[in-house]
Amino acid sequence: MFRLANPNRFMQWSGKLLPWCAIATAIFLGLGLWLALFVAPPDYQQGESVRIMYVHVPSAYMATTVYAIMAVASAVALIWRHPVADIAAREAAPLGAGFTLLCLVSGSLWGKPMWGTWWVWDARLTSVLVLFFLYLGYIALINAFDEPTRGARAGAILALVGVVNLPIIKFSVDWWNTLHQPASIFRLGGPTIAASMLWPLAVMALGFTLFFVTLWLMRIRSALMAAKLRALRLQQAV
Amino acid sequence: MSAFLTLVARDLRLALRQGGDAAMVIAFYVLAVVLFPFGVGPETDLLQRIAAGIVWVTALLAALLSLERLFQADYEDGSLEALALLPLPLEAQVLAKCLAHWLVAGLPLIVVAPLLALLLHLDPAGYPALVAGMALGTPILSLVGAIGAALSLGARRGGVLLSLLVLPLYIPVLIFGVAAVEAGIAGFGARPDLLLLAALLVLAVGLVPFAAAAALRLALE
Repeated sequence: MFRLANPNRFMQWSGKLLPWCAIATAIFLGLGLWLALFVAPPDYQQGESVRIMYVHVPSAYMATTVYAIMAVASAVALIWRHPVADIAAREAAPLGAGFTLLCLVSGSLWGKPMWGTWWVWDARLTSVLVLFFLYLGYIALINAFDEPTRGARAGAILALVGVVNLPIIKFSVDWWNTLHQPASIFRLGGPTIAASMLWPLAVMALGFTLFFVTLWLMRIRSALMAAKLRALRLQQAV
Repeated sequence: MSAFLTLVARDLRLALRQGGDAAMVIAFYVLAVVLFPFGVGPETDLLQRIAAGIVWVTALLAALLSLERLFQADYEDGSLEALALLPLPLEAQVLAKCLAHWLVAGLPLIVVAPLLALLLHLDPAGYPALVAGMALGTPILSLVGAIGAALSLGARRGGVLLSLLVLPLYIPVLIFGVAAVEAGIAGFGARPDLLLLAALLVLAVGLVPFAAAAALRLALE
């Protein structure tokens, strides 16, 4: 972690990693989509619309995971003044917001045929909506200061405060018994989902993770390059 | 402890001498609630059904309105820098300022809320839960708001930013506050929801000072 605090070393390292990530993303997302759309069986109750699950569940998982990653990067940036962690947290936020939106939209599209409604004020849905607003608040806060470092550090504090929402999302289906179904994958006593659906889901989740890592590395690299460009321009102006 | 109380007294004195803070919050609260019967129509049944929600939602907005005053004036005239040099830790100062803010802007809300509920024909069984929920909930509003107020110091468009930061974090208070009133009316007893609000308050008292003090130190750098 500390070796990567040097932007130049990070650029070297991520430059080597990036093509492999991109290839792995293409393979796993492609394989996952094929498995989810053609191989996995339709559900005995939900029929073909169960396939929305293969987008909805991975994006929900990414929405919370990206927030956790952002919070860890923020903590690292605050504690050790790690310069790349600062940028890493900032660049993860729009991606996390995107996954959260995807999760909400795909859930809504799934909810219409299954529950008969686009939206219910259920605890799980509401807490994910709050997560989306937390992402937006974070993005607004880091861009609200004239000094970029000030914004990044204020954002880091906000990201850590927002962590309280993550356990609420995770346990909302256990604490409040409402329309959203309870956990069926990461639970004590093993998953309750059929293996023929679990495998495509796992491949999709891996594909989503790799997709995020690829985009994240690209965003961090371009932010570092933009910072360097700005520094060079300033040097020239002087 | 005496330094803590001195700071509370100072903030209270400032708020009272400049005047108008509490009055403005209450005026906004009353006015915002009174808008609803015009908006949804004066039918008693409908107003009675949504009374708890209206009283709570507008309380959140009224609390939000006064948050900017929490650190802004001290930040602008430089007294925040002097306060940071005190032997009293910044975390304790945040608590003192929140207490003063709650006395000026939170306590009046608790007093006015039952009267506004009366205007909206709230079921009489809901009043104890409403007042108890407000008593537990409004300090949380001041505390959580302190984080947002400290973070948005010196930001462009601080007021709008503040509401974007703080309102999502207010949602749990709203949920349990309204749920307590509804449970009181339905006859289940409001105790579980009030206990959850109390838990949130304990959590906020324990954790907020650290986050807000970190944000204040950042603003003073």
